[in-house]
Amino acid sequence: MTHLVWAQLFRKKTRTVLTLLSVIVAFLLFGLLQAVEVAFESAADAADARRLLTIARYSIIEPLPMAHGRAIARVPGVVAVASADWFGAKYQNESNAFPVFAVDPVRYLDMYPEFRVSPAHREAFTKTRTGAIAGQRLVDRYGWTVGQKLPIASEIHAKTDGSLNWEFDLVGTLDADDPAVRGNTDMVLINVAYFDEARQFGRGKTGWYIIRIDDPAQARTISAAIDRLFANSPDETKTQPEKEFAIGFAKQIGDIGALVTRILIAVFFTILILTGNTMAQAVRERIPELAVLKTLGFSDRAVTLLVLGEALLLLGLGAGVGMLGAVSVLPALNARTGGRFPPLFIDGATWLLAVSIAVGLALAIGLPPALRVGRLRIVDALAGHR
Amino acid sequence: MTALNQIVQITLLNLRTIPSRLGTSLVVVVGIAGVVGVLVSVLAMSEGFRHTLASTGRPARVIMLRAGSDSELSSGVARDQATLLASLPGLARDAAGRPLASAELNVMVDLPKRGQRDPNNVPFRGVQPAAFAIRDELRLVEGRPFARGVREVIVGRKASRQFEGLEVGSHIAFRDSEWVVVGIFTTGGDVHESEIWADAEVAMSAFRRTGFQSVTATLADASDAGLAALKQTIARDRRLSINVLRQPEYYARQANVLATLIDVLGYSVAIFMAVGAMFGALNCMYSAIASRQVEIATLRAIGFGGAPVVVSVLLEAMLLALVGGAVGGGLAWLYCDGASLSTLNFSTFSQVAFDFRVTRGLLLRGLAWALVIGAAGGLLPAIRAARLPVTAALRTA
Repeated sequence: MTHLVWAQLFRKKTRTVLTLLSVIVAFLLFGLLQAVEVAFESAADAADARRLLTIARYSIIEPLPMAHGRAIARVPGVVAVASADWFGAKYQNESNAFPVFAVDPVRYLDMYPEFRVSPAHREAFTKTRTGAIAGQRLVDRYGWTVGQKLPIASEIHAKTDGSLNWEFDLVGTLDADDPAVRGNTDMVLINVAYFDEARQFGRGKTGWYIIRIDDPAQARTISAAIDRLFANSPDETKTQPEKEFAIGFAKQIGDIGALVTRILIAVFFTILILTGNTMAQAVRERIPELAVLKTLGFSDRAVTLLVLGEALLLLGLGAGVGMLGAVSVLPALNARTGGRFPPLFIDGATWLLAVSIAVGLALAIGLPPALRVGRLRIVDALAGHR
Repeated sequence: MTALNQIVQITLLNLRTIPSRLGTSLVVVVGIAGVVGVLVSVLAMSEGFRHTLASTGRPARVIMLRAGSDSELSSGVARDQATLLASLPGLARDAAGRPLASAELNVMVDLPKRGQRDPNNVPFRGVQPAAFAIRDELRLVEGRPFARGVREVIVGRKASRQFEGLEVGSHIAFRDSEWVVVGIFTTGGDVHESEIWADAEVAMSAFRRTGFQSVTATLADASDAGLAALKQTIARDRRLSINVLRQPEYYARQANVLATLIDVLGYSVAIFMAVGAMFGALNCMYSAIASRQVEIATLRAIGFGGAPVVVSVLLEAMLLALVGGAVGGGLAWLYCDGASLSTLNFSTFSQVAFDFRVTRGLLLRGLAWALVIGAAGGLLPAIRAARLPVTAALRTA
């Protein structure tokens, strides 16, 4: 029976191959676009439910006093506190080529156990005041080597001598195994002790706080307790779970998901028309043959399944090859955009969606002709044709 | 019969048979409509974004930022520097002799988009009185200008449409201060329409700032020589470390990153879809000539040349493609043109509201794509049609 389905599908080779190629291209595009969407949303997936983020209440760009950190640490339920400040990097004359954060090495790296830093690099970063560690993807992109000087300008912070040109010692790298987390390592970390002392303005201030709590269920209560500490002070805060912040930030960019969905609807509608037409045509041409099959004793159901199987094979083959194509293209694409765009990958949900779209399309295009041939009366079918 | 006449005759004959092959012809039209629709609507987004930034400012105006800063947000101009800059001889003055220079504060405030809860970085600009004389394209469409020395704001029309609570009369809370919206303004659809404006002095005290972010001014002499002279004066003054840019140059640069990203997305998706549509067109044209091989062979037998057959098949494919292109472009225009959205511009870290712009240029580009896909899908079948051995084809009949 499988042999028969296969034989039917490739009855007219050119037509089937061309249709198949269209389906492959559609699913290749599907895989790539879904990967883009997932990359945008992965920041939220990579979020840790035990982490909160505290920013200035009225705008993320307003700095917060470093003294806030000690007060936050005393709030019940808070396990650890780290801070980070936005450096405003300009590298090789490109604004915001990558983010640079001024952090306390130990507190910050402890806050993100999902980042992989070798003990030697961690030690060096902690001990070197002018030290910096960079994400592996950035290191690859710019061809840096550990041990070199890293000249980075700041668009915001001048040194005490008025110069905006800073220099750090690259003492290590950081990376992550999970592709969703890996995009978060596209950054350079510098030592806040050195940065705060060497900058002209803004001393004693930081950008935001990252807080580890012991019980995710208490996230709301603890957030409210932190914000209450600074209510009615000149530096009010807004604290929220890391995931909420990540989702909110992604929403600032816009609804990437809706854009991708609309494009994919256009793609699959086209595929529906294309394959639907091919199927209808292929079945129409074959009505006498199907009648012969029935004459030979194939049941109505068997003939229906035969046609449906053909549609499933067409879509399944196309979807499979297309998705595998997307999977094999992505590593090269990631290497090209490394450190500039989060890593693209195809997750289980995308595969599942691909399968359901393929089956859905196969049913939509295969069912009508399949049912028609199932009901076909042998005499009419044979009589209607030469 | 001339070759041209032959082409016309065969093409007309082909077109008359389309109704009997409606299904396959529809595949070409729908496939190509999809490509062109997606291409045009995605590019309309980058086009609109570029247009919004490119239409901001005039060449005769300059923006002065701290040297080394590429955006207002990261720039800083101290009060004494701002005063010095305003007094420079290279700047235009109004009838009363006051310099056309406005030192401005640029901060961000959090506001949710309409119907949502998550905060967005909405730009808040504190301006000096000269700002209105400099940006003379600004018109109030509702309400009145803010009074000096009071916590009142006027809001750009696009910001008012995109974000919650920015209607005339509503109160908004930032910092330890409450502000009243007293007016809505337009600036011809440029980037300022995404902003909230207030009196610089009031804004500075409310946001506890001691310095400005930039100084915007009109040049006394708008020529390159005039600009060069101004730059020289500033470079000679050791109290100033300031970068001077013409406004269009400054704003166009902000559009680059995001607009390029959207373009790359639009073109990559369209290329994939175009390849898929081309396979569809190939399919359609192969089956078209298969169903017509007797006619074609007959024509060849009575003396029609091979070239007219090739051209006629190509023409048919391109004509179908053109219909598809027109449908796709038309749908994109119908659904997208003028639709507004707001996004975070990575270059300035603040929200920019803009409209999709389906321009004539984009529609023509869409049609050009359609024709190329049609031609690519028609060529091989056309050649096969011309090579059809006459006797064999007639015998199959």
